[in-house]
Amino acid sequence: MAERLLLRHRDLPGLGELPGYQAHEGFEGLRKAVMTMTPAQVIDLVKASGLRGRGGAGFPTGVKWSFLSPGVFPRYVVANADESEPGTFKDRELMEHNPFQFLEGVAICAYAAQANLAYVYCRGEFWDLAHRLEENLAEMGRAGFLGARLLGTDYDLDIRVHLGAGAYICGEETALLESLEGRLGQPRLRPPFPAAKGLYGKPTVVNNVETLANLPLILTRGAEWYRGFGTEKSPGTKIFSLSGHVARPGNYELPLGTPFRELIFTYGGGTSSGLKVKAIMPAGASSSILPGTDEVLDTPMDYESVAAAGSALGSASVIVMDESVDLGWVLKKTSEFFNHESCGKCTPCREGTYWMLHAIERLEHNRRSVGDVALLRSVAAGMQGKCLCALGEFSVVPVVTGIDRFQADFRPDGRDEP
Amino acid sequence: MLREKYPQEIERILAIYPPDQRRSAVMPLLYLAQRESGYVTRQAMEEVAGLIGLEPTQVGSLVGFYTLYHDEPGGTYRIQVCTDLPCALRGAEAFAEDLCRNLGIRLGETTADGSVTVEAVMCLAGCDRAPLFQLQTADGIHYHENQTVQSALELIEHLRRDGGRG
Ligand SMILES: Cc1cc2nc3c(=O)[nH]c(=O)nc-3n(C[C@H](O)[C@H](O)[C@H](O)COP(=O)(O)O)c2cc1C
Ligand code: SF4
Ligand code: FES
Repeated sequence: MAERLLLRHRDLPGLGELPGYQAHEGFEGLRKAVMTMTPAQVIDLVKASGLRGRGGAGFPTGVKWSFLSPGVFPRYVVANADESEPGTFKDRELMEHNPFQFLEGVAICAYAAQANLAYVYCRGEFWDLAHRLEENLAEMGRAGFLGARLLGTDYDLDIRVHLGAGAYICGEETALLESLEGRLGQPRLRPPFPAAKGLYGKPTVVNNVETLANLPLILTRGAEWYRGFGTEKSPGTKIFSLSGHVARPGNYELPLGTPFRELIFTYGGGTSSGLKVKAIMPAGASSSILPGTDEVLDTPMDYESVAAAGSALGSASVIVMDESVDLGWVLKKTSEFFNHESCGKCTPCREGTYWMLHAIERLEHNRRSVGDVALLRSVAAGMQGKCLCALGEFSVVPVVTGIDRFQADFRPDGRDEP
Repeated sequence: MLREKYPQEIERILAIYPPDQRRSAVMPLLYLAQRESGYVTRQAMEEVAGLIGLEPTQVGSLVGFYTLYHDEPGGTYRIQVCTDLPCALRGAEAFAEDLCRNLGIRLGETTADGSVTVEAVMCLAGCDRAPLFQLQTADGIHYHENQTVQSALELIEHLRRDGGRG
């Protein structure tokens, strides 16, 4: 197992408590930032590290911070702890077991963004977790890592927790901001991007929990050290949430560029049934579905390579399915999900997700007639490029790739195929 | 009602947001409103609306949009089983059905004594510990993971007998 930078709590008991965290470089990154560096220097360091956003899109974090509209204040930082992509459960483990590394990351990001107020937007289901984070924040305040003139500098920072209430779309950053403003969680038209007009119309940085948890060690140990992990274009380690038909599901922190095969077989113990891997969804329900061929299994899990293999790394929630699975059923599950979670703001997605689900049900009923498969494919294709936010696009990709790449499962009477 | 009963809690919630952004407090206030009876009554919607200067219909549409708010009463305990794809690959659909059969209800229904509602929900970020459910009560949400029908029935029996938040 490679060195763990994020799930360090598994190696360092007590890391979840403030004294234990401080005993292992805790708050040294924040101290270094606020006492010895300007915000611009912090941004340059994070740019140099090559850290890319872990929320799905993989956008370079330091570059995103540098887009903040100059001279406009107040600014805000929002940690995206909405974690709702089916198959993703990494942010939860980080916040439950290594909360101070995450919160220190929020503070470093806020300093770099010159924000004095940050929110952690937790999905509503994380009720207990959110209350523990509030206690962690109170402890940080008492220890001088938060509040007015923190660590004796002239920088003030407050971090507060906001609880969502069950809506996948609130993970999309502009829907999240709407929700935090007390409105329906529906995406905004972009531009303007949050860096220009975000929370309360002010420049705002939204980053994923895992992204932020990388910052403390980048600050203390440096960009060169960080680039020693992962690949040239995808530096660092990544937490892979492994689920589905595997013997040992769970979170595995590995360098970016580790092949699927190593994750699924070396760490995950292969399929629990012993059957072959039939399909892999690398980015949760929002995935282009990959067949379990040798070529795919040998693909390195970094942003470029998974894209070249015909999918996307996304949040790296790797759902494994063995040969017992029927792709028609898989598409029914993903379509139920997106039909339920479409926020209803734009017609192509609201209607399209409904009709996709309808067409799949009809296809089941008609024992997969050629015409019904073609209808489903055309409903899906009709949505592509027309939706207001990426959720609409996400709902389409499993359907299209499922039909195209697993044709045997969609022959008439496909259920009876061996 | 809320104002009389939870004045400090309301102040604490309002203080989480900038003073000119009271509207942001609507979500935590709705959780507070739900604390009484496990759902948000019309009266509570009006009161929340009044506290932050919204129309009651605006508050009503928020209650409708977010799945963790309820606008009608359910069981004292809402057992929300994840049956989303990763969990379903590990038998969560059969788990939910078996559990319901043992309780003499169908998915989405409430037991005759009004104590338990079983619902199917989307991913809860615990896919490696399926089958799992969250237990929503009037004042909180708690996870129960790596469940069997047996363990779930024992929990329900315990809750019916001794109450508590699970
Ligand atoms: C439908 C949808 C759901 C999303 N859900 C999440 C989520 O649960 N958590 C998250 O961090 N990002 C999520 N994102 C990505 C965010 O919009 C945003 O890109 C991310 O928070 C940026 O952080 P990063 O740069 O650190 O990755 C979602 C995006 C879409 C379109
Ligand atoms: S694509 Fe779907 S989720 Fe996104 S804005 Fe349109 S209706 Fe809402
Ligand atoms: S799919 Fe059930 S918790 Fe993720």
